[in-house]
This record gives sequence, C-alpha cells and structure tokens, in this order.
Amino acid sequence: MIDIPIISAADAAGKINEGDSLMVGGFLNCGSPHTIILALKEKGTKNLTLICNDTAVHDFKTGKITGVGHLIQGRQCKKIIASHIGANQETQRQMNAGETEVELVPQGTLVEQVRAGGAGLGGFLTPTGLGTEVANGKQVIVVAHKPYLLELPLKADVAIIKARKADKSGNLVYNGTARNFNPLMATAGVLVIAEVEEIVETGEIDPNEIHTPSIFVDFLVQAIQLD
Amino acid sequence: MEYVANKEIVAKRIAGIFKTGEVINLGIGLPTLVEKYIPQDVSIALQSEIGIMGIGPAPVKGSEDRDLIDAGGSPITLWTGSCFFDSATSFGIIRGGHVDYSVLGVLEVDQEGSLANYKVPGKMVPGMGGAMDLTTGARVVIAATLHFQPSGASRMKRCCTLPLTAMHKVNLVVTDLGVFQVLGGRFHLTECFAPYTPEWIQERTDADIIVKNDYRIVTIDVPPNPA
Repeated sequence: MIDIPIISAADAAGKINEGDSLMVGGFLNCGSPHTIILALKEKGTKNLTLICNDTAVHDFKTGKITGVGHLIQGRQCKKIIASHIGANQETQRQMNAGETEVELVPQGTLVEQVRAGGAGLGGFLTPTGLGTEVANGKQVIVVAHKPYLLELPLKADVAIIKARKADKSGNLVYNGTARNFNPLMATAGVLVIAEVEEIVETGEIDPNEIHTPSIFVDFLVQAIQLD
Repeated sequence: MEYVANKEIVAKRIAGIFKTGEVINLGIGLPTLVEKYIPQDVSIALQSEIGIMGIGPAPVKGSEDRDLIDAGGSPITLWTGSCFFDSATSFGIIRGGHVDYSVLGVLEVDQEGSLANYKVPGKMVPGMGGAMDLTTGARVVIAATLHFQPSGASRMKRCCTLPLTAMHKVNLVVTDLGVFQVLGGRFHLTECFAPYTPEWIQERTDADIIVKNDYRIVTIDVPPNPA
C-alpha cells in the first residue's frame, strides 16, 4: 500500500474546475466535508453541477447557512441534483426564479444512481416514483408482471467526502450517521478527496473495520471545520 | 360541536398499533410525535433513512453528538444493539420490504390510497427526500395527519390535487378524528374518536367514507395541544 497525498483544503478546492460535476457527501449537516466546502466557497469556482442528498441549511430569518448552502449562496452551482431542499430557502428561491436548475430525485433512487455509477452498472430498475412526476420521460420496464422505472447511473468529475478516520493509504472509517452518502460517492467520483478528522499510519486500522477501501480515495485533507 | 385540532391524538393512536419486534420509520413532522407514546412494554426498532436502526430517546441538552442525527436533523441517542449503515443499504432496507410501518405526514391523501406531501407547485417545494421510497417499500404505509387544513378543507380527498408522492400505496389514515382503512377505492372508518360521530366526519370530509359495521367509538386520552 502506498501513501496518498495529504493536501490542504485550498489545494483540494483547486482540483475542482469550473463546470465540473461535484458530488458532496453528507445529510443535512451530518458528514459533510465542511473544510473543503468553505475553501471552495473562498475560491469561487462557478458553473458546478452539485450532486448532494440535500442542500443543507439556509434560513433567511436567522441568516444561518451550513454545508453546501455556502456554495448555493455564492451562486456557484448551475444545476443541483438532490432529494431534499426544504431546509434551504435560497435553493428554493433560485429554483423558483429560474436562476438555477434543480432536479429533485427520490433519496433511494439518488443513492442507487451513485452506487450504480461507481459500480460500473448501466442503471437499475426501481418501483419508486411510478405514477408520480418522477416517472415523466422515463422508460417503464415490466419484470415478472411488475412495472419498474429505469434509472440511469450517476458519476461526477470530483467527489468530496467526509470520514472520521483515514490511514495514510486512504482506507476510511466513518462515524455514526455521518456515513450516509459518503461511501457511495467515494466510488463514483473520477477524483475523490476525503476530508478526515484523524490520519493514522497505514496498518493501524483493523482491515475488518474499514468501510471504504483505499483504492477509491485519491487525496486526504485534514478536517478543521467540523460543522 | 367545535373541532379542536390535536396532533397528540394522532400520535398516540398510531403508537398503539405497533408490536414488539417490528421495524418502524417515522417521517418528519407529526410522525415524530409518535415515539413518546409507544408503550414501555413494546420493543420496536426505529429506523431512519439516514442510516441507523435502533434510535434511542433524544439526548439531554449539552450531550448532542454532531455525528448522530435522524433524517429530520434532530440529535439522537442509540438503543442497545443499534447499528449504522450507508444510504444505499438504508434504502435497500426500505425498498426491499424490511420496514414494517412507514408513518408519513401528508398534505393530501385520497381514497385511492395516493398521497401528496412533497410539493405545492410555485409555493413550497421541499423535495421528496426518502418519502417516495418509504411509501413504495414499507409493508404498511400509515398517513398521519390532522383531519383539516387550516383553511377548513379536509386533507382526506376523493382525488389528490397536488403532485403525488406515491400512487395507491397508503393502507391506513389516522387523523385527529378517527382511523380509516383504505380499501377498494374508499375510506372505511374503523374507529371514531369521541366526541366526534361518523356522521359529523362524513359531512365534513370531501371523500367517500364507509362506516364499518363494527366501528368503535374510542377516547384517546392526551393533553390538550391545539396545533
């Protein structure tokens, strides 16, 4: 096992280019790579296609902004693919004003699209969304007398994810409900950058307890901002 | 007779449905109130789509863990034997029929068993999150709702007018007036909560309600909590 580079959050943000598709791990504020997100906001890279479970928080009343909400506030995303935008009033505002394209996807479909993208699959069949707007324009395939929607895989130019711990070769361990989309996005980014709270020597993590194998991870960033 | 909205009645009645060993997913909003009414001698596993089975009571203030939240973003604790999993596994559990009951709040629910709860076009578009998968995959889908909208219109309809979250998936509707089975394109009143009567409910509900011969008048004893 070779060590992978440990880079600064600014250098990580520098690997995300204008117009890139970008997967960001996390569920609301739990398990997002907050340090890299803030560096990307600082850098101001635009025209991103953001793929994320939700768009975190932006509350007009309190002014509170968290997670990828910073990228949306900075108008850095031309398109957002997410399952939930209810806690971010700015996402809803940009969508209603026609400023940003928002594609709402059922959460189980979204994560499976990411999984399929990372696993080399051409798509999958799901009953979720049948009879709803989600089915519009999609192929229905009947298997054993049951209808399913054909959903296609998702990949991204870059995935930024968050883990509790890494070894220097990039094996990752998550903590609690901060795991969520992170292990799937680790497989579906052409370039994968993992922000972690602790970096240990390779060999220090029991191989039985590794959640994401190092093969998926290209760079490590030390987490500074935790929420 | 004057109608006084009371979410606690809905929550307490639903809590009485579950049996030891069952797996329950409680949605955001009204369904989160159900947990506190689950009887002490009934041992269920609360699943949350963020990736946990075995949610314990809310933490005491000051002991919250940023890596432990439910799908609504509220801090949680762990039950003995709880476990974490990634979002793909979580939705495998949900779509795969391994969740016994999915309890969801609704904007509208109709007598065909369709429900709408993720979008009011042009006004409020929070997104479906996991709701489409939960309604598709759970063994029993329970719609939990106040009987009337603030405008006075019933949330139970002949046919939903809002974009659907799922078509023909709701098995049971519990409101603050009674319990309704969804069967054969009709609501069937099985329990009527005192002091209301079946006739009072039928007159004010914009749907076809059949009163079961063996329906019961039930008193749900909860603290007054007008919504």
